[in-house]
Amino acid sequence: MSAAAREFLRRAAEKSGDLAHRQVVRFNMDQYEAAVARGHSRFTDWEAARERCRQIKWEAVNHLDRYLLEFETKVQERGGHVFWAETSEEARRYVCDLAVARGVKKVVKSKSMVTEEVHLTPALEKLGMEVFETDLGEYIVQLRNEPPYHIVTPAMHLNRGQIRDLFKEKLGGGATDDPPELVAVARRTLRQAFFSAEMGISGANFLVADAGMVAITTNEGNGRLCTSIPRIHVVMTGIEKVVPRLQDLAMLWPVLATSGTGQPITCYNTLLAGARRAGEVDGPEEFHVVLVDNGRSQLLADSEQRDVLHCIRCGACLNACPVYRAVGGHTYGTIYQGPIGSVLTPHLRGLSEFQHLSYASSLCGNCTDVCPVKIDLHHHLLHNRRNAIRAGTHPGPERRAMRLFRWTMMDAGRFRILGGVARASIRLAHALGLGGTALDPMRAWTRRRAPMVLPSTSFRSLWRKTDGFR
Amino acid sequence: MCGAPFRDYNRGVVASKVSLFIPCFIDQLAPQVGVDVVRVLRRLGYEPDFPAQQTCCGQPAFNTGYWDEARPLAERFVRIFESAEAVVCPSGSCTTMVRNFYPELLAGTPLQEPAEQLGKRVFEFSEFLVKVAKKLDVGARFPHRVTFHDACHALRELRLKDGPRQLLRHVRGLELVEMPYVEECCGFGGGFAVKFDMISAAMGDSKAQNIEASGAEVVTSLDQSCLMHIEGMLRRSNARARTMHLASILAQEAE
Repeated sequence: MSAAAREFLRRAAEKSGDLAHRQVVRFNMDQYEAAVARGHSRFTDWEAARERCRQIKWEAVNHLDRYLLEFETKVQERGGHVFWAETSEEARRYVCDLAVARGVKKVVKSKSMVTEEVHLTPALEKLGMEVFETDLGEYIVQLRNEPPYHIVTPAMHLNRGQIRDLFKEKLGGGATDDPPELVAVARRTLRQAFFSAEMGISGANFLVADAGMVAITTNEGNGRLCTSIPRIHVVMTGIEKVVPRLQDLAMLWPVLATSGTGQPITCYNTLLAGARRAGEVDGPEEFHVVLVDNGRSQLLADSEQRDVLHCIRCGACLNACPVYRAVGGHTYGTIYQGPIGSVLTPHLRGLSEFQHLSYASSLCGNCTDVCPVKIDLHHHLLHNRRNAIRAGTHPGPERRAMRLFRWTMMDAGRFRILGGVARASIRLAHALGLGGTALDPMRAWTRRRAPMVLPSTSFRSLWRKTDGFR
Repeated sequence: MCGAPFRDYNRGVVASKVSLFIPCFIDQLAPQVGVDVVRVLRRLGYEPDFPAQQTCCGQPAFNTGYWDEARPLAERFVRIFESAEAVVCPSGSCTTMVRNFYPELLAGTPLQEPAEQLGKRVFEFSEFLVKVAKKLDVGARFPHRVTFHDACHALRELRLKDGPRQLLRHVRGLELVEMPYVEECCGFGGGFAVKFDMISAAMGDSKAQNIEASGAEVVTSLDQSCLMHIEGMLRRSNARARTMHLASILAQEAE
């Protein structure tokens, strides 16, 4: 078992027994689901919208070479810089070198999961720079020195009281837990950061190939401040974020908003074309786009799971996942949590270390049903499981048990006799009062459940003895 | 497969002869469910046969990633049932294995095509009643308050939602009540139930609470595996409700 798997099991045991935590998640998901149901009702045909979004992303992902180059050319024509980072190390180094060369002391960041993925903030801090997350949720978890709990709502696990206490300690906030007042406390600090930072870093929700533009979606307006006030703007994003045409946003924007939060459209949708040009009143002096691969092109080569690159990071699969609801976001120990994280992480960080996430699912399929770009998520968990067995990462006893299972099931007589023997032994143990104890042969089952009463005979024996119950 | 719109698999199937596919765990752990399936089918005039060579569809190995162990079991299954007119199975999950996953598991083998054909003739029990036998009233009487749990494979792989509820509404004396979060997984999930037993139990605990909230005396479903897990959770929390497979409710005689 990998270190990540051991840690997952430890945290899962702790969190799944934490009723207060489960209630917090349930409360948030109830609100989300009600909003999304209203959101879906605004579409005349939600299923058709999903299918259209799948087609757009399919076209982009399957012609990634063409659309990325088109995007790059357009950006460069306007004087922007595009850097292709094959690894997270390359991505980090480009931004760090740039920041050092330009004498940056302070950085403001708009929400970006890719910068989390490449661990950009710690790298900048190590160089002595001050880095501010400016999405309120991200800022809260940054102040707590925690990773985001959820890819869309990073501080979902916290209540007002906890945030009040945090702000009191870190920002000199007051005794109120009134949300507008709490926001005002954060805003005081962040506004100063916006106006004094030399570099703004953002992610991208979409890269528009035909326009050579970066599309950013936020609810707080912080994205616009990060990308227009500091003199350098760096966009860091995954190569799969490109879409062919500007008009594709007409479908993708409302679908992303609906799946993400249930909103008809997110509050701020910004299209950025590059640095400030002559005659313009605002915008940065320099514009850089870092296109991160970090394992994505390997996924592109995997025709079975290529659709994972369709993901628009809406978070719907996390919200729909009963496992996420039971264990919460931090248990995963990954940047991307929930079903998409369980599918994606083995590709980004290694199958042997992260294959346990593919098993930590009941395969209920709710994630696949809600995915707005129709990624076959729960079947990919099955594919990852198959790949893990093929790679030989599983222990010998399990392999031998599976071989025994096959051998038994290849012959009906063998199955009848062995099944009968197993049942008789368990019945005997239960008759001796061992049911539910540490000596119960069904201990793996009864550790968490009341023991079941086993029948004295099987269906096939009954059928044979009674000639089909006649 | 999943995500694909529901296809009407039974178009053109008018079965007079049906074969029983009794999943291995029902055979060994809940034989009464199989007996009840036979009783309901006989009441509707079918004379089912039980191919004695059948064992397991291979799903436990397939779902754990051991596709090389599952494949010979799938091949064996296809050969055993190849000549059947219609196959009835009291499990949404095992029906899914044959209909949705065999074509992928057997892709590129000589049995891929026969498996695809067989998939169109394998029916989950309630699906068979509604779509092939076209009977919503099977003459059952069960004067109790019942809630129906949507088992995941039946709901999301086979898209069975209204059929079983319609069958329940036609049972004399039965009061059908819905539980909150009815489509949320109960947490069984095969090997998941023991490999990640703490998560499975947390999910089962939520399910048990939702069942209790419905006020039902009995919770029923299309999958005995989910019900065994739910029963274990209900009993452990000293809840009032008990589990019964849909076939066992429909087998209760009217007279």
